[in-house]
Amino acid sequence: MNDTIHNSCPVIANHIKIALVGQPNVGKSMLINSISDAHLHVGNFTGVTVEKSEVLFDYKDFHFTVVDLPGTYAFTDYTIEERVTHDYLCAESYDLIINVIDSTNLEKNLQLTTELMSMSKKMVIALNMSDEAEKEGIEIDAHYMSELLGIPCIKVSAQTKFGMEHLLEELVNKAKLDTQEAKLIFSEAVEEEIEKIVDYLTKHKYDAINSYRNIAINLLKNNQKTYTRIQKNPIWTELQPLLIEASKHIELHHNSDDIKESFAEEYASFNRGIVAEVLTIKKEEEKKSLTEKIDNILIHNIFGIPIFLFFMWSLFQLTFELGAIPMEYIDSFFGWFGDTVGGTISNDAIRSLIVDGIISGVGAVVLFVPNIIILFIGIALLETTGYMSRVAFLLDGFFHKFGLHGQSFIPLVTGFGCSIPAYMSARILKNDRDRLLTLFIIGFMSCGARLPVYVLFVGAFFSPEMAGNILFMIYLSGAILGLILAKVLKLTAFKGLDEPFVMEMPKYRLPSFKLIWHTVLTKTLMYLKKAGTFIAGASMLVWFLSNYPKNLLLEEQYATKIEDTQIVKEKHSLQNQLSEQLLEQSYLGTIGKFSEPLFTPLGFDWKMSVALQAGLAAKEVIVSTLGVLYSVGGDVDAENSSLRTAISKHIPFASAVAFIVVIMIYLPCLAASVVFTREAGHIKYFFYLLGFTSIVAYILAFIAYNIALFL
Amino acid sequence: MMQKLSQCNKGEKVKVTKLNAKSDLKQRLISFGIMKEATIEVLEHAPAKSTIEIKVGKMRIALRAEEADLIEIESL
Repeated sequence: MNDTIHNSCPVIANHIKIALVGQPNVGKSMLINSISDAHLHVGNFTGVTVEKSEVLFDYKDFHFTVVDLPGTYAFTDYTIEERVTHDYLCAESYDLIINVIDSTNLEKNLQLTTELMSMSKKMVIALNMSDEAEKEGIEIDAHYMSELLGIPCIKVSAQTKFGMEHLLEELVNKAKLDTQEAKLIFSEAVEEEIEKIVDYLTKHKYDAINSYRNIAINLLKNNQKTYTRIQKNPIWTELQPLLIEASKHIELHHNSDDIKESFAEEYASFNRGIVAEVLTIKKEEEKKSLTEKIDNILIHNIFGIPIFLFFMWSLFQLTFELGAIPMEYIDSFFGWFGDTVGGTISNDAIRSLIVDGIISGVGAVVLFVPNIIILFIGIALLETTGYMSRVAFLLDGFFHKFGLHGQSFIPLVTGFGCSIPAYMSARILKNDRDRLLTLFIIGFMSCGARLPVYVLFVGAFFSPEMAGNILFMIYLSGAILGLILAKVLKLTAFKGLDEPFVMEMPKYRLPSFKLIWHTVLTKTLMYLKKAGTFIAGASMLVWFLSNYPKNLLLEEQYATKIEDTQIVKEKHSLQNQLSEQLLEQSYLGTIGKFSEPLFTPLGFDWKMSVALQAGLAAKEVIVSTLGVLYSVGGDVDAENSSLRTAISKHIPFASAVAFIVVIMIYLPCLAASVVFTREAGHIKYFFYLLGFTSIVAYILAFIAYNIALFL
Repeated sequence: MMQKLSQCNKGEKVKVTKLNAKSDLKQRLISFGIMKEATIEVLEHAPAKSTIEIKVGKMRIALRAEEADLIEIESL
């Protein structure tokens, strides 16, 4: 195969554009990988959250473009993915359809096939997983099937690359043909009505691109587009009563008042006929398949949830334990890189901008890459093995009580690590309203960056024996608050009917390493690119606000003072005083003073207000900001006991409680807000989130402050 | 007496007689093979019977009790 596929596009090539369609979990993505042998170009379409990807490759003298469309069960617009596929198939131009079918489940897959057949587009059927079917004792007569359907059916296996050459040959052959008439036969009652309409159209020589049979079927199925076209024609007046009569006849035949349902039944019985003709089962089906055996344990009434919790706990341990190892190296690399670059720049302001602004800001983002890779691998594993739908099944009951969907759990759990991948993983939710509701709640799961702040404050006000429990309480109450607010939002802003929960539980499969690697790589690069460019900008802004306007007079005064003193400790404290005064008259300080009255009811002074606002950029900034403001030096961490002492001395207990409450609830960070806006799909949702979290944070902090005053 | 899928026990095999769902959901159920005359086997109940797992043909499907309530069946 490698001899015939060339990586370069010949100057004069025949282009063949192919739409790859199939139900979910039939191995489409793997087939596209096997057929092109290596992905040469994978591009994302903009404007939709669910991506369809394009793969380009050459075979013989032909230049192929394969559009991998999201999996769809039928031609409905039930989910975003189905809408993308349906719109593409109806509105875009392409030469051929490859319909990928799971050979081990022929009858169910044919449901989509028959709907595709009624589109009268050229089509080739790839009977995928034929090796797996053989193992299960299922034999499909592909030759006879091609004859019956009038569509070439080719046995392939994406896993072993069996049949790829044959499939490509058939695609080339089909592309040369002008038309292809699929053989879709209905019940006598429907065929009779189709014939009547076809006769009528023939008699009046109706001008059309599609065959009369096709038009007749579409009219009977209530196809909107066909109606719009034919209604403009004078023959409509006579055709209309004919159609009404025909529909009545068909509905009577099916004992139903829903023509769509009647046609679905027509398709199903046609498919049963095909399956009866072409499929033979050699082996008796095993009493219990492997999937059923695994399911007996994993979705067990009692053990199911504990097993799931154990998996999640393991993923968390891996994310933070394993992820912490490269983090140290990345951190020290950026430290070294900043120092090295800083050493070559003589101008103080430019050096500060590049080292303290850009390098440290971008470094902070890159720092989280190991965690994100591990988390993405875990999520990709959950998705590809089929376990995810089992968890949704187990948890739907509990989540549904709070107005959330069973599948909301993945983003929410991820939120304890970092809100950014959490927002991104909310994509698994098909329904817009469910996804938005989940996006609004994610922030209540306290992310890893808030931990240093909690540790600092809890350490300052509670005994070491109590600290652990208090910390756990903070996390737990955040999560409970999130669930309660989900219920509140569901009853108010996201009011509406409950999204039905009807979901396939796919067979368990061993994931393909190549596919997981590909998914994780694409997602990680996207994270680096988008969040990276943004963070660089945001950290420059924060750097600027906290460093300007400069006050040379003040700096000179302190420079001489520091020069005069001989005691090292004194020098250090003077340095801190200088930092504090400089910060107080910087733009950030001005903002803090200006907003102080707003925070007075919560018991915050201007320093706490500034720290909170700096925390909008990133929660890690809060600790270092407080450190600078309370003059113990910018270089502090949560373990630093002098900052802890300063805080317990300067901040009253009630104010500290209110402060923690605000941190638990308000916006995670700027980078997360950008990702949130992108995932929610509109900037207005960001303002809703900002308003919602700020108001809730303010009210609850006010209540907490006043309660704590009485304690 | 009219029976609903939501009332079935684990391991029971039944035949669908009617779908009472609204258009969208009905189409969804049909695309999953849940239609008149189809045979359904109840495989598992989630805790508190809030969700059930059924088997239609070779496909395993999870349904919420509310959705299962819309599917009329008869025993086989």
